[in-house]
Amino acid sequence: MSMDLLAYYELGYLICIIFFIVGLKGLSNPETARRGNTMAATGMGLAMVLALFQPLEQNHGNYFWIFAGILIGSGIGLASAKKVQLTAMPELVSLFNGLGGAASMMIAIVELYRFPQNAGAWDGQLLVTFFALFIGGISFTGSLIAYGKLQGFLRDSLYLPGSKYINLILLAGTIGLIGYALSQPTLDYTLVTVLLVISLVYGVTFVTPIGGGDMPVVISLLNSFTGLAAAFAGLIYGNQVMVEGGILVGASGTLLTVLMCQAMNRSLLNVIVGGFGGEGGGAAGLTREQVVKEANAADLSIQLKYSKKVIIVPGYGLAVAQAQHVCHELEKTMEAEGVDVKYAIHPVAGRMPGHMNVLLAEANVPYPKLLDLEDANKEFPTTDVVLVIGANDVVNPAAKEDPASPIYGMPILDVEMAKNAVILKRSMSAGYAGIQNQLFFGEHSRMLFGDAKSSLNKLVEEMGNA
Amino acid sequence: MIYVLVLASFLGFEIIRNVPTVLHTPLMSGANAISGVVIIGAIILIRQTEPTNYLMLTLGLVAIIAAMTNVVGGFAVTDRMLDMFKKKKK
Repeated sequence: MSMDLLAYYELGYLICIIFFIVGLKGLSNPETARRGNTMAATGMGLAMVLALFQPLEQNHGNYFWIFAGILIGSGIGLASAKKVQLTAMPELVSLFNGLGGAASMMIAIVELYRFPQNAGAWDGQLLVTFFALFIGGISFTGSLIAYGKLQGFLRDSLYLPGSKYINLILLAGTIGLIGYALSQPTLDYTLVTVLLVISLVYGVTFVTPIGGGDMPVVISLLNSFTGLAAAFAGLIYGNQVMVEGGILVGASGTLLTVLMCQAMNRSLLNVIVGGFGGEGGGAAGLTREQVVKEANAADLSIQLKYSKKVIIVPGYGLAVAQAQHVCHELEKTMEAEGVDVKYAIHPVAGRMPGHMNVLLAEANVPYPKLLDLEDANKEFPTTDVVLVIGANDVVNPAAKEDPASPIYGMPILDVEMAKNAVILKRSMSAGYAGIQNQLFFGEHSRMLFGDAKSSLNKLVEEMGNA
Repeated sequence: MIYVLVLASFLGFEIIRNVPTVLHTPLMSGANAISGVVIIGAIILIRQTEPTNYLMLTLGLVAIIAAMTNVVGGFAVTDRMLDMFKKKKK
């Protein structure tokens, strides 16, 4: 076997890394995003070809197994990516991410199983393999929990008592265990099994106490974990593209996580430890009886028709009801009546940052109609009607007024500044953060109950009649 | 190796420093697809496994399927998201 051929493969892997870097860079600009994604995918394809043929000291081929895996994985990936509803995209990304973590974990298991027994104590290879196992495992089960929370079959009421301490104990236990395993002259498989179980449990206890509203941040964080796990797995094989690619994702994922936290005016630690629970204040002032004013579609459509400026605040409810197209239709109907219609997009509206942008883009809402938080807040005082469609926490004045509220400090859309606010909502239930919203009881507020799609349909219809 | 790690982290930070919020989701999804680079390890792992060691081969197969789903699904879903942005420009 000619190992000097390896130099060419190293060069090839370097080209893949450049593809990744240029691809990621492209993805961070709207003009080049799509090309960037294709670039990164090309890099991945090239890296896989190289991995199929790079010279190895021990090579058994087994190409049947490899191609079977590639085919099955591609099939599942393509089918689910094609089939998924736009609203379910965050869940899907979370699942994909968990699979990446699982792959790192499996690789680590196999490599630990055939680890040379004569390696001796404090072996560096062993350390990186442990890391790949541990981080991959957390990412795997953590992503599954995040998926469950987004799907709604794991509720936030699933509260682990003392989860902070459990997590600290697990972390300390892991470090101790890895240290002990490394100090031993031979590798004990019982320790490996215990470590595997701990990492899987840790993923669960790490994500479970975090509120569903914070899942975007968690997914981004777990994404960077998967990157790190891949990088550690790359160190096992001394493979540059895995190490660099993994670290790139790890670093950019971490930064993205921090950016998201900043958008909510919270620290990462606050998100992880805080756990947006139902408990812990926020209910202050709700004990007294409060009345909401109900709106009806007919009156509202007339009011909309004679407004000068209307701002729509979309939220997760819009996504769930798949109401983006009707919403765009209502916007066009109003525009035809000479109403100035804009959308106010809160940075964390929906279940993922940019979620609303993607959704509205799908309905062909023109990009200049979307206002960000700051611009929207400047516009509200001169706005006749604000339509809040399925958004809750991002318009909750408690974030400004109630220091006991779990969302206190988060910048919000100042909807109560507008002349009228109409909230389209299915019921009076609290938002994802589990806290009541004073906006609903506001002087200028009215509620239009019902599914966002049917409510909007009614409005469009009534506007046609009026 | 440590230089490489530091440089790559630095690059990762620099690259996405000024991302508009609109692109957070596609960027996360694209980065997620790149983290499927662990597929390379899974391929090498299977190539190094004795052809009769079915337990290891099966574990490797599962790893490849998982990683490949992450890669293909990740890039495809990102492309789908970005496709919507393009349509709107016309």
